[in-house]
Amino acid sequence: MIEVTKLIHNYLRHDKKFPHVWCPGCGIGIMLGALIRAIDHRGYQKDEIVLVSGIGCTGRLPVYVDFNTLHTTHGRALTFATGIKLAKPRLKVIVVMGDGDAVAIGGNHFIHAARRNIDLTAIILNNSVYGMTGGQYSPTTPYGMKTATSVYSNVEHSFSISELAVTAGAVFVGRGTVYHAKLLESLMEKAFQKVGFSVVETISHCHTQFGRMNRMGGAVEMMQWQRDHAVTVEKAAQMTEEELKDKFKIGVLIDRNLPPYQDEYDKIRRWSKGVERK
Amino acid sequence: MKKKALKELLLQGNEAVVEGALRAGCRFFAGYPITPATEISEQLSVRLPQVDGTFIQMEDEIASLGAVIGASLAGVKSMTATSGPGFSLMQENLGFAIIAEVPCVIVNAMRGGPSTGLPTSPAQSDVMQARWGTHGDHPIIVLCPSTVRECFDLTIKAFNYSEKYRIPVILLIDEVVAHMREKITIADDETIDIVNRVKPTVPPEWYIPFEDTPRGVPPMADFGEGYRYHVTGLTHDVRGFPTSRPDEVDAFIRRLFRKVSQNFADFQIGEHYHIDDAEVAIIAYGCVARSARRAVADCRDKGIKAGMLKLNTIWPFMRTDVEKVLRQAKVVIVPEMNMGQISREVKRVNKGSAKIFTINRVDGTIITPQEIMGRIKEVF
Ligand SMILES: Cc1ncc(C[n+]2csc(CCOP(=O)(O)OP(=O)(O)O)c2C)c(N)n1
Ligand code: SF4
Ligand SMILES: [Mg+2]
Repeated sequence: MIEVTKLIHNYLRHDKKFPHVWCPGCGIGIMLGALIRAIDHRGYQKDEIVLVSGIGCTGRLPVYVDFNTLHTTHGRALTFATGIKLAKPRLKVIVVMGDGDAVAIGGNHFIHAARRNIDLTAIILNNSVYGMTGGQYSPTTPYGMKTATSVYSNVEHSFSISELAVTAGAVFVGRGTVYHAKLLESLMEKAFQKVGFSVVETISHCHTQFGRMNRMGGAVEMMQWQRDHAVTVEKAAQMTEEELKDKFKIGVLIDRNLPPYQDEYDKIRRWSKGVERK
Repeated sequence: MKKKALKELLLQGNEAVVEGALRAGCRFFAGYPITPATEISEQLSVRLPQVDGTFIQMEDEIASLGAVIGASLAGVKSMTATSGPGFSLMQENLGFAIIAEVPCVIVNAMRGGPSTGLPTSPAQSDVMQARWGTHGDHPIIVLCPSTVRECFDLTIKAFNYSEKYRIPVILLIDEVVAHMREKITIADDETIDIVNRVKPTVPPEWYIPFEDTPRGVPPMADFGEGYRYHVTGLTHDVRGFPTSRPDEVDAFIRRLFRKVSQNFADFQIGEHYHIDDAEVAIIAYGCVARSARRAVADCRDKGIKAGMLKLNTIWPFMRTDVEKVLRQAKVVIVPEMNMGQISREVKRVNKGSAKIFTINRVDGTIITPQEIMGRIKEVF
């Protein structure tokens, strides 16, 4: 077995929970690989990691890995994760969500977790669609695309998860794709090292629903689409707005330092006990 | 056991809930402001940091209960408090706490509904919502205080049950009891029984997180203590992994019910007031039990053999006590501030032996002793 496969097996509940539910060729598996490698590089103990998810194809991810794993309700993963982190700050909390999970039903929780700067990493797999329920449009489905509930055309405008995260106060936001798996892995590592609310948006494909309905081909063609439409932040800085029109940026979108909620709340604990304010 | 007096306090029902929660070991609260439960949040925002606990005001009640469940999974006793509109939002995650067997306490200070309803007026109209509000077949434990002292005691009980049976416990308190002030004497800490969840003692490789046990309650490991396991809202097998195998699903749902039903006797909290020889029996709970007590005393002064069965446990329904009353009394009156949620249960267990009458008030005002007296004169 090649080294990287061996490494991944060390983290999988391979004797318990396989085969998995994902379609052959789905990008979620690539994201899982990047996640495991990033965790391994950082040297975290399995016991200190809590992997939390919501509901959806992406939400199924934690069950396959050997950490403390929590599969919550649709859109609410960040609320559970907030409770875990504040109750036991020494735990490393990582949350994986789909685009619908994170910014449709869970959109309110997403902006507030970012605003509070809860010290955790939110990894969002953006496949532009509700995969699990059969490919209906989500808040990230581009205008004009066809889905199971927009067979004529999607007339809603999508929003950018990463830009939303920046505006809401995340200290670190990175965007990658499942085509750029190595970049994705390094973005995750950077996010894990940050103290505060960090986000990694992973552009992925749902070839069986979104790809099929929009005649975008299979998994390979959709990954080629990712390759051809992603531009690194560095390269984008050299390009005109016109050149960037149908492109999206990948790389580190923001990296800043702000005190995390748990440190702020520690101040409250001290003040509540009569310790003088400086 | 003689209780050593610690201090005498003049407390509001909501404040007594706070005292009870802190004594029970609650160290995490997440909530969203709503009348008539707000005082619980406000006081815990002051008290919890003093004891190295955590208070957080979330963006809504869905998030509040999510955070509470997360904190409990990390090993910290947790609670939230709300009223009708917020309780409706909590139903989704309430179901999660039930299926994943996560201990937590939810206070619902009842106000008039439906919807925004009567924000500052009392009601008892969430009795059935507390029982069946979340979807799917499930057991639940619901307690209801009628005095400030009971707010304190039953909050502790709520935590104890939730820890002992790995189940969310709902404290249904009405606006009157939540806001009323009474003097209470709180006993010294050592005399109060505090129950903590049973943790696994086997090595992690042997741990089966949702294993059936004689009590029906599997030991619970905190996240981060070396027992890595999976928690999900999907129906799961004994190891916590999703399953749709009929035999595993059936065994799981039945165990959830059994852990409450086989311990039925443990949940019977009520009060028998002049009930033993009562010919007219009143079955009441919450603030209405206060009026009923007065009506019983007045009846006795007049030579009418009246009595009251006060329900402090609402669910599981105290059918053994109720059946006894139904067999013995000639007339049973169930006064409540809804259109007949508990009287429906009383009628269900009646088997035709007693005549049951109701008093239903849904105008946001309390049922008075005079009103109960009037009804007694009418029917007895
Ligand atoms: C409250 C609630 N509403 C709806 C659903 C049904 N549902 C399950 S997954 C899902 C959408 C998932 O889409 P996304 O979050 O993008 O994840 P993906 O499957 O694409 O990875 C929906 C609507 C649900 N489980 N819960
Ligand atoms: S439905 Fe789409 S997102 Fe879900 S597993 Fe299949 S390809 Fe992946
Ligand atoms: Mg999706």
